[in-house]
Amino acid sequence: MLAVRISPPRILSRPALIVQRNMLVYRHSSMVIISGFFEPLFYLFSMGFGVGSLIGNVSLGNGTSVSYAVFVAPALLASAAMNGAIYETSNNFFYKLKYAKLYDAIISTPMSLTDVARGEVMWALLRGSLYAIGFLAVIAILGLAGTGLMSSPLGLLAFPASMIVGYGFAGAGLAATTFVRKWRDFDYLQLAIMPMFLFSGTFYPIDAYPPALQVFVQCTPLYRGVHLIRALTTGTPDPVLLIDVVYLLAMGTIGLAITSRRLGKLLLS
Amino acid sequence: MIGAPEGLWATARSSHDPWRPAERRRERPERRRERPERRRERPERRRVASGVQTGRRRYHRNVADTPELQAPLIHARGLTKCFGTFTAVDGIDFDVAPGEAFGFLGPNGAGKTSTMRMIGTVSPVTSGELTVFGLDPARDGARIRARLGVVPQADTLDNELSVLENLLIYGRYFGLSWSESRRRAKELLEFVQLTERSNDKVEPLSGGMKRRLVIARSLINEPSLLLLDEPTTGLDPQARHLLWDRLYRLKQRGVTLCLTTHYMDEAEQLCDRLVVMDQAKIVAEGSPRQLIDKYVTKEVLELRFNRADNETDDSAHLGNRLEGLAERVEQLPDRVLAYTADGEAASAKAHERGLRPASVLVRRSSLEDVFLRLTGRSLVE
Repeated sequence: MLAVRISPPRILSRPALIVQRNMLVYRHSSMVIISGFFEPLFYLFSMGFGVGSLIGNVSLGNGTSVSYAVFVAPALLASAAMNGAIYETSNNFFYKLKYAKLYDAIISTPMSLTDVARGEVMWALLRGSLYAIGFLAVIAILGLAGTGLMSSPLGLLAFPASMIVGYGFAGAGLAATTFVRKWRDFDYLQLAIMPMFLFSGTFYPIDAYPPALQVFVQCTPLYRGVHLIRALTTGTPDPVLLIDVVYLLAMGTIGLAITSRRLGKLLLS
Repeated sequence: MIGAPEGLWATARSSHDPWRPAERRRERPERRRERPERRRERPERRRVASGVQTGRRRYHRNVADTPELQAPLIHARGLTKCFGTFTAVDGIDFDVAPGEAFGFLGPNGAGKTSTMRMIGTVSPVTSGELTVFGLDPARDGARIRARLGVVPQADTLDNELSVLENLLIYGRYFGLSWSESRRRAKELLEFVQLTERSNDKVEPLSGGMKRRLVIARSLINEPSLLLLDEPTTGLDPQARHLLWDRLYRLKQRGVTLCLTTHYMDEAEQLCDRLVVMDQAKIVAEGSPRQLIDKYVTKEVLELRFNRADNETDDSAHLGNRLEGLAERVEQLPDRVLAYTADGEAASAKAHERGLRPASVLVRRSSLEDVFLRLTGRSLVE
């Protein structure tokens, strides 16, 4: 879906080779992949149902109010998409770039650095999509069981939406990593990711903030992702969704462009 | 066309292929015996190698008849590479002809690697002219790389993959199908004698094995031009000889080799023609034999003195006493090198003059003498 959007499949055939390379690596260590599937589920059960049992309904701001689990589940999906994309494009990408010297070998083939950047984003999305499907499946099952977790068929669109969130963060993550010099620099990245995870309307509505701060939070990418996915799973779409989508796609695409350029500077000297 | 991958490699797969295990076993002892002769035959071999290849045979054609075939694979004029204010390559000119084994010889920091990286299209040319396969590296990088095999100075193997997977995915990067990539990978592992290690991880391999694997990897796209940056640095003698042998076979099959080295024996073994680089410039050019003839004498007489035996001789004195004995005399801390056409005669004369060295060695002069003559003995780093 996303692949079709970026460019015709023919142009994606070379980036797909990066995905194939990564699949070869993970072929023997699939447990590492599977472990990522549980994290958002654990959050859902502890926060959504655990903490949620202490909290009453939460207002969505448009007149509807939902149970806390219903409120927090889409945010967890968006956060998982962000974390998956960031993890893959920060530490893993940095290792391949600086230590494994993977791309130093690839630049001697017909592959271009744009192919490399696109390939790593594709891989991050592929990995993220496994988690998204798993998480959505659990939500759907619980929804059928009467928890109201997925009250609208629109909820199925949460899957492509989580891919869009992943794309935005993967592109930005790659771009950020090309500026990293040593492992410790990733602490700064965490300094951006952690507050976003906690304060972007993930665990409570942003009405809690003073208006100026609300505007600031609304400008952060994770807020856009949470807003997008929550509107779909709760069946309350509004025109602002378009802004969410454009914002995240632009972030990913600009990130990719920066990455290609930076890789050229780093590798082609 | 020379070096057209299809024709070239198709022959390698025929039933008469010397690669094939059964025949290789039979051929190996013969080849060993041939080795010493190879050097003497060099001029002839070169002529053959630059000829046209059709099927399994190569026909030498008159250069003038087929000018288009003589178009150089690599053409450089005034090629320059600067890093900030530092000039790594300073306006060098050279051509590499199809089928040739061409070497860049020089001390560390002479600009060899920078030159190789520019040819490999992974380093932009600062100024000057460079074409590879007649194409411009800045515009047609991907097309050039598709026909190029690269063995970089540092092994850039994929440590997260096995030996076989390294080749498989690398073939994929060149657009091969999985099955074709697998077929070639197996053939190449056989070629570099790594078949038994196919499923091992790369990390525990020895330096020589890794180097062989990098060479195998560089051949997965059946390149017509192979760039090797210090292919045998850090390897033990066995590993070096195995690599030389493989490179020699590639050359025989018409693959053009372009390599850098600071090993003189390597340059003499492998290169038809070479340039000596020093401080970003080319300081000499020719075949190994031509360079030896031009820059040094036929033989070198090495006289080694123990300090204690010559306490009365201060170094300058020693040099003076050899004056006129050879074309050129070079004095080192504990040795004197006399460059002369006839080492034995010079040795006898030295004896007449009352010199009593601890040991005397007469040897043929080598590329090493050329190299040291041209680039000096002091470390340039």
